[in-house]
Amino acid sequence: MSTSTQLPAPAATAGPGAGRPAPTRRRAVSAERPNYLAGVAGWIWLAIIIVPVYWIVITSFKAQSSYFRTNPMAPPAEPTLANYRLVIESGFLRYFLNSVIITVGTTVPAVLVSFMAAFAIVRGGQGRFLRVVNGVFLMGLAIPLQATIIPVYLIIIRLHLYDSLLALILPSIAFAIPLTVLILGNFIRDVPKELFESMRLDGATEWGTMWRLAFPLTRPALVTVSIYQALTVWNAFLLPLVLTQSPELRVLPLALWTFQGQYTINIPAVLASVVLTTLPILALYIIGRRQLLSGLAAGFTK
Amino acid sequence: MTSAVGGGQRSLGWLVLPALLFFAAFGILPLLAVVALSFTSWDGLGEIMPAGLDSWTSVLADPGLPHALWVTFLIMALSWLVQTPVSILIGTFLARGHRYRAFLAVLYFLPLLLSSAAIAIAYKALLDPNFGLGAGLGVPWLVQNWLGEPVLALGTVVFVVSWQFIPFHSLVYQSAVRQIPVSLYEAARIDGAGRVRQFFAITLPQLKYTLITSSTLMVVGSLTFFDLIFVLTAGGPADATRALAVDMYLRGFRGNLMGPASVIATILVLVGLALALALRRLGGKDPTASQLEGA
Repeated sequence: MSTSTQLPAPAATAGPGAGRPAPTRRRAVSAERPNYLAGVAGWIWLAIIIVPVYWIVITSFKAQSSYFRTNPMAPPAEPTLANYRLVIESGFLRYFLNSVIITVGTTVPAVLVSFMAAFAIVRGGQGRFLRVVNGVFLMGLAIPLQATIIPVYLIIIRLHLYDSLLALILPSIAFAIPLTVLILGNFIRDVPKELFESMRLDGATEWGTMWRLAFPLTRPALVTVSIYQALTVWNAFLLPLVLTQSPELRVLPLALWTFQGQYTINIPAVLASVVLTTLPILALYIIGRRQLLSGLAAGFTK
Repeated sequence: MTSAVGGGQRSLGWLVLPALLFFAAFGILPLLAVVALSFTSWDGLGEIMPAGLDSWTSVLADPGLPHALWVTFLIMALSWLVQTPVSILIGTFLARGHRYRAFLAVLYFLPLLLSSAAIAIAYKALLDPNFGLGAGLGVPWLVQNWLGEPVLALGTVVFVVSWQFIPFHSLVYQSAVRQIPVSLYEAARIDGAGRVRQFFAITLPQLKYTLITSSTLMVVGSLTFFDLIFVLTAGGPADATRALAVDMYLRGFRGNLMGPASVIATILVLVGLALALALRRLGGKDPTASQLEGA
């Protein structure tokens, strides 16, 4: 869409060319030359990004025996799926399921309660109570919440939730709330005031207005913020490391870490586990790249 | 309008309660408790005993604390210095036109799909001096003990952090650059401003608020780099990459000294708050705050 607004080269030359002295014209022309320097830098950066990714993928298809003997950048002469089989047999389907449970179990409630809070703050923000609550959430944005891991651990023990998936879900919901409220609030604020007014005149309650008006109108933001929070939970490492210990409760990042601890020298298998755990996100990236990217940058770009 | 909103006030307050409850239980309460725990002694399993200032005096006298602060600061400053210019350039590069750049963008954002744990594990294997990329390619310069030498290990952490997060910040800058009105560039071009001039006279000033947002995320975020450092180096070699968050974890959950670990956590919170406030002041007004005031 930006291509259409991009000024094509001839249009710009026409302006200064009309009656200006020659030097200006030359400079104007030089500005539209393809930016070779940026192009070259762009491809160099691509190499920095892509070489490790390429190496991870090809190595994951190499047999452990051939790994040490072959050129690391050459594709495998005899590709094998043995590494992937080893990873799957090591319980990764279970870990995958655990990750799905905590991701869905965190994202859905977190976004729903945050939406309700954002709606209340936007619609009733003049009240002192809601102002204070809003201030508390804003303060939450500035605090590195991982620093509270020790008391969170204590609270989880006292609630007898240690070593359960719920122990991961509850703090994750709390950690997600400040940013989600902020982002959704910004979007609810964009809903034209007249719509709220006409709903009110039609006798709708605030509760009805929230679900029938604000919710559908902020759906893109809800999707975006859900993606962001889901990825955050999906990739989380510290909470599972501290709050669970049973092997059957491992989530993917933690499973990756223990797996590489077990198979230190089987690098192809370790990399196969890296590829396998990234596949679901990669699939999302291929299906809905735009949604996923706007989800990643949620709220930071508005 | 105010009166209409005012009428709904009392009935609206309860809508924030579920969110507030969660945040109070697992956000605010832990925040207060971490300060309280710093005045106790606890091994993580047994009784929590009051210990007065013991943890504070022991941590503040420990040369490990200034070291951890220094490592945290180094990682923060260096990764900011690397990430910010590169992200701004990439964001600007990707923002406008050119089909090949759209193609590059698809690949540029790939690191966003990987978890910190996955990235750290992959780099650990990639940088292995005996079996990694350097040895295989026969490039002597690449064959170094990247994670085994203190200075190299810190540099490696900064590189991997940048590799992981530059895509995110480029994405942020890309959408910010796209919001700069094209007419500004048209006007500049008519006035004869070249590409470099346009970048410094239009793009950079227009990115001011994005720069503050992005820097805040980088700086406050760097305080909590735990996953990456822990998996990559576990704070080593010999504490060379033992940043505050890693130090907190190792003292608390490996050393079973929750009191001193809570002292470190309290320091982390204070440093984070101070930095966020300082950055907000630096930028005049934080963009998120100004949006809220516009309500």
